[in-house]
Amino acid sequence: MSTEFHNLQELRHSVSVATKVFIQRDYSQGTTCRFQTKFPSELDSRIERTLLEDTVKTLNSYYAEAEKMGGQSYMEGCLACATAYLIFLCMETRYEKMLKKISGYIQEQNEKIYAPRGLLLTDPIERGMRVIEVSVFEDRGSSGSSHSSSVSSGGISQR
Amino acid sequence: MSAVMMTRKVRKWEKLPGKNTFCCDGRVMMARQKGVFYLTLFLIVGTCSLFFAFECPYLAIHLSPAIPVFAILLFFFVMAMLLRTSFSDPGVLPRALPEEATFIEMEIEATNGNVPAGQRPPPRIRNVQINGQIVKLKYCYTCKIFRPPRASHCSICDNCVDRFDHHCPWVGNCVGKRNYRYFYLFTLSLSLLTIYIFTFNIVHVVMRSVNSGFVKTLQDTPGTVLEVLVCFFTLWSVVGLTGFHTYLISLNQTTNEDIKGSWSGKNRVQNPYSHKNIINNCCEVLCGPAYPSVLDRRGLMRDDLSVPTSAAEPATNSNPVPQTTKTTAPLIPNEHTPDDAKPSMADAAIAHAEKRSPSPREDKLPTLPKSSPTPTKVPPLASPETDAEASIIAKDKAL
Repeated sequence: MSTEFHNLQELRHSVSVATKVFIQRDYSQGTTCRFQTKFPSELDSRIERTLLEDTVKTLNSYYAEAEKMGGQSYMEGCLACATAYLIFLCMETRYEKMLKKISGYIQEQNEKIYAPRGLLLTDPIERGMRVIEVSVFEDRGSSGSSHSSSVSSGGISQR
Repeated sequence: MSAVMMTRKVRKWEKLPGKNTFCCDGRVMMARQKGVFYLTLFLIVGTCSLFFAFECPYLAIHLSPAIPVFAILLFFFVMAMLLRTSFSDPGVLPRALPEEATFIEMEIEATNGNVPAGQRPPPRIRNVQINGQIVKLKYCYTCKIFRPPRASHCSICDNCVDRFDHHCPWVGNCVGKRNYRYFYLFTLSLSLLTIYIFTFNIVHVVMRSVNSGFVKTLQDTPGTVLEVLVCFFTLWSVVGLTGFHTYLISLNQTTNEDIKGSWSGKNRVQNPYSHKNIINNCCEVLCGPAYPSVLDRRGLMRDDLSVPTSAAEPATNSNPVPQTTKTTAPLIPNEHTPDDAKPSMADAAIAHAEKRSPSPREDKLPTLPKSSPTPTKVPPLASPETDAEASIIAKDKAL
């Protein structure tokens, strides 16, 4: 991941400031964490629909598992209550474990799929679980071509 | 890439907007006014100390040593729950970063189209369907986000809180998604502790009076009178509050929704979050997963003294634009948070148990220039209204 960032940072001389596309939350099934699988039109030219949809669906399944109301979460809740929640000082909750897994998954997806296409997914937890932020970097041309394009646009604006 | 940066690493909590106090390098998060919280601590610790000092020795010998032991356990549980409620993040939603705020503004403008000059733009509301019911998400002008369902903005802490219940001055914090179960267990265990101390005070006085006489008993253990007084008044309020919250939990409602009458009978919208089963509702609220904080108070970030030469970096720990704005959205300067002016909420709040703090909006009312409630135009939707202000407007129209 750090090598990919290093590459992206090096090339940023010739890329413009990233625009950002936000994938919103899907509240149709309640307040559990779920993101819309609707494909944002701004990314049409950058990535295949199925890839992004798969990523979002996988994330949704991870979040659903983290928030699942089942035997294990009840056991965890009751045990924690019995110890006046002191056990959370030494034990990681199931949700926190899932968040680590999600973070690893996003990192892997970024490395494999999104960085090669000039995109970057931000972990939703860093945006308050409100959105999946997709940063879109402009096409990386060589520094020569981007300089010329900026010069020409500067020339046009002077007229 | 080389950038000349004089980076000063600070913890993120130092740059968080909102009116919270942070202690222990960001581990503890409370509201600004803590006076009543100290009073709560004093009352609990003081009363229990008197109990351990005066009653327990006598009761341990003459009745059973289990009595003080159980009292100590209960006392520790009450304190643990109180501190957990007071010190934890209630579920604060971080404010939108500038790009997200701009993106939302553009979406709103696209939805509303061109508003003729001089006309107030329509209220910023997004309709979502949740489990078959239409719910309106309101836009928060301070946080620049559309509030998730059940979230609300606390004007005392100046934060949007997820599953906002109420702001409790007695615990010195908001009660929201992350600390509601601790708050409930606190009120429940405090009720038990109060009943326990009250009962054993009476037992102690009776037992001792049989031997020594009533007046001498009170002279021997002067703390008893004080304890009985405190317990008597605490009993009515705390037990009532516990009962009220038990009722709310069984219906999977928040205090905020109850005050606003979001799901009450005369609106056609039923609570879309309820499982329609008391046991399921209780399990979800009390035994559900422990939600993590999305605030990342102790994360490190670069202070904005540095001037990064590159564009905005996607590094996870940096926040190049500190959010210091606490004002409303600059694009529409005459708009205020739509649900700020709600005098009727205060009346409804006072009618409820006195321990619960009044509607969080009250704090802001005197400081705002009093304009008419912003959504003067009810959006032309056939959907049933869940907003209290919409029902107020409907009442105004009916008059």
